[in-house]
Amino acid sequence: MPLDYPTLKLIWWLLVGVLLVGFAIMDGHDMGVGTLLPFVGKSDEERRAVINTVGPHWDGNQVWFITAGGAIFAAWPLVYATAFSGFYWAMLAVLWALFFRPVGFDYRSKIHHAGWRRTWDWGLFVGGAVPPLIFGVAFGNLLQGVPFHFDANLVPYYTGSFWALLNPFALLAGVVSSAMLSFHGAVYLAHRTEGDIQRRAIRAALIFGPLMLLAFSLAGLWVARGGLGYAFAVAPDPAALPNPLAKRVVAEAGAWLHNYASAPATVLVPALAYAGGLAAIALVAARRTLAAFVASALAIVGVIGTAGVSMFPFVMPSSTRPDASLTVWDSVSSQRTLGIMLWATVIFMPLIVAYTGWAYRVMAGKVTTAYIRENEHSAY
Amino acid sequence: MVTEQLVDLSRLQFAATAMYHFLFVPLTLGMTWLLVIMESLWVMTGKPVYRDMTQFWGKLFGINFALGVTTGITLEFQFGTNWAYYSHYVGDIFGAPLAIEGLMAFFLESTFIGLFFFGWARLSRLQHLLVTLLMAVGTNLSALWILVANGWMQNPVGAEFSFETMRMELTDFTAVLLNPVAQAKFVHTVSAGYVTGAMFVLAISSWYLLRRRDVDFAKRSFRIAAAFGFASVCSVIVLGDESGYSLGEAQQTKLAAMEAMWETEPAPAGFNLFALPDDAAMENRYALQIPWVMGLIGTRSLEQEIPGLKEILAKNRARIVSGMEAVRLLDALRADPADAAMQARFDAIKGDLGFGLLLRRYVQSMDEVTPELVDRAARDTLPRVAPLFWTFRLMVALGFAMLALFGLALWHSLKGDFAERRGLLRWALYFLPVPWIACEMGWFVAEYGRQPWTIYGVLPTHLSVSTLTVESLYGSLAGFVGFYTLLLVVEMYLMVRFARLGPASLGTGRYHGEAPAPAAPLAPAAIDPRPTLS
Repeated sequence: MPLDYPTLKLIWWLLVGVLLVGFAIMDGHDMGVGTLLPFVGKSDEERRAVINTVGPHWDGNQVWFITAGGAIFAAWPLVYATAFSGFYWAMLAVLWALFFRPVGFDYRSKIHHAGWRRTWDWGLFVGGAVPPLIFGVAFGNLLQGVPFHFDANLVPYYTGSFWALLNPFALLAGVVSSAMLSFHGAVYLAHRTEGDIQRRAIRAALIFGPLMLLAFSLAGLWVARGGLGYAFAVAPDPAALPNPLAKRVVAEAGAWLHNYASAPATVLVPALAYAGGLAAIALVAARRTLAAFVASALAIVGVIGTAGVSMFPFVMPSSTRPDASLTVWDSVSSQRTLGIMLWATVIFMPLIVAYTGWAYRVMAGKVTTAYIRENEHSAY
Repeated sequence: MVTEQLVDLSRLQFAATAMYHFLFVPLTLGMTWLLVIMESLWVMTGKPVYRDMTQFWGKLFGINFALGVTTGITLEFQFGTNWAYYSHYVGDIFGAPLAIEGLMAFFLESTFIGLFFFGWARLSRLQHLLVTLLMAVGTNLSALWILVANGWMQNPVGAEFSFETMRMELTDFTAVLLNPVAQAKFVHTVSAGYVTGAMFVLAISSWYLLRRRDVDFAKRSFRIAAAFGFASVCSVIVLGDESGYSLGEAQQTKLAAMEAMWETEPAPAGFNLFALPDDAAMENRYALQIPWVMGLIGTRSLEQEIPGLKEILAKNRARIVSGMEAVRLLDALRADPADAAMQARFDAIKGDLGFGLLLRRYVQSMDEVTPELVDRAARDTLPRVAPLFWTFRLMVALGFAMLALFGLALWHSLKGDFAERRGLLRWALYFLPVPWIACEMGWFVAEYGRQPWTIYGVLPTHLSVSTLTVESLYGSLAGFVGFYTLLLVVEMYLMVRFARLGPASLGTGRYHGEAPAPAAPLAPAAIDPRPTLS
């Protein structure tokens, strides 16, 4: 039975969310490890141990990012076009930071030279720290609305500057995102290492976990009191062919809280951010590291989910021409494409989860400096 | 504001980033299968030299793969950053193969590459071989989906324009997947990758043999590369892209341009071995022609005619005139979508809409179009002939030179005397860069030859770009080129270093330049005299 168009549009909102959350959980812990690398590893051997906790997995995990990009292209082409061209320099900063990772991981330990290795350590730091910060800043800007409009042929025009993206609320959102993934990476490190490295990782987790919850709370207060939000004056028809110019939108203070009022169960999403975050902090302090990792993954679901639920059905509101805002209903692909892509996702996503799980099981266990010494020639 | 300069810079940036990316892709495509072959021999024979071969060539493969990943990320996002209108206009069709590539292929490849490198001690021999195999399958599936996407740009089947959503929409996914142009490109491209992998192993093995070091290791590697390379180079040539060139108009235009065929000749057409094409006069000032050959290559028949450029030009001019009307009707329909009569008129000629859009390079309103402008737009539909003519010939010549090399290498592998054939070994060594040149030439022909379109007949290149500033483009282009060049230098340094070090880099104690006693792990200083950290 073919699904109707509004249902498919809704499913794709959820699936894009799943891919972004998958990216944050999987590639996010690699990036957190990269961010912490210069600080939790004091000697070259310790840093190699840190790197090798994610060594066999970072590449597969990075595909969450690639696939999320591809899926947004396929499911929300107008969002892909407008956001990526509008956030041009921010996207390039992400890409250029990511360049350091494949080469950093693979090349760093191939040469025994202190300067060479230290350079790549900082490369891995940049590759781990910059993308989460920029993704957070991007979400902060989405929540405030972005200056763009379309002409009659739907050519997107972005009228802001790169520097305008770095406003206080967006930077706060950047702190949420950075702290969240540093915390997640620290919890992962605590699980995969022992001794001094583990001790330092737990200390980092106990800094970044509370920081994440604090920044998340401040951002929430800002959204509630600071007057962010957009609402429909004339709502789009979810069943209609997508046309982002067919609705009327107004900027409305507090509109990002409407969904929580009209569907109170959605309060569970921000609640999950707190529950997961607090549980992860307590568990990692008690050295229950695997459970802590699951809890911090749930916190990520809660934090990203909160941004999504608050804005729903908006995806990318326009601050300069609110009517041109992109929503779940009017910036999507055709029904046929959404259907085919749903099938592809339903078939392949479980396979991906299964073989990724197997890869982690094969490589399970603590990565120690002794392991590095034994695998001098093959380890990263 | 979209200017010619913005369009040119956007094209230049895409060309530069794509061509950098394709320095690394073909080696990855070929090496994965060579690793599968070597590791299968390890599993079947249990001879450690085959495990060492898998690990050593795998190390070089990894150095290359890292930059393949690095440069590949850019391409997934560059459609959005620099080709925003393209992304909107064809995302409904073009986005799907990219996303499916991620889900079906890239996850597979990238997850198992981790286990390929780090799973040796934790997996059984068969399990590890399976991991290597899945990595190879993932890599090749990845190429399949990318070429399905690219094939659709050359021959846009299974889709039609929707005036309500102002974009192309998918009508038949199977047609997109089974697009004959995409299939021909896939076979041709992966085979070219296999040749690249084989050339890489052949050349470096030859270098060891010339220096009479690691002889057993190098001889076994050479033989595998010779056999695999010979089969692959035959596949590149026989199942070549040419077979796809009679299909679809974009490919026909390219075929006529790269053969400098101005007139439609009676079948079977002759092949211009050498020509001095003159774009302005639309003729060849000099041509050395071999009768029949072109018709045979291009159509695989003696009867089918190949249209010449002048015939294509006349056809395109008529379509531009029709397309002008389509653009007018579209503008009217956008203002009044309910007019059913107008919609019927639009539907009748919307296949020419893309040709009408070519005029938007010069004027916004179709009322300002003059006959001279139509001529100019029609002339735009023919790519410049000389660059295509010569790059194509260079690619083909290199292909045949590699056929000769691999043929000879295989012959002497079977005879068993190749290790003493120093002329052959030197030839193999000097030919190391050749497959890369041929690959880049091939992409140049495919993409430059499609101009002035991003999607042939559907969307002109000058409408496809993002509305960025020229300054942004200068900045990003400089950033990409600078960054990539720096990384390329680092990669080449490591590649040369590890190729010179040879299998001794595995630290087994069995190879050239290693201390004979492998019992104790080597101290880092034994490999590199420079200061160490630990």
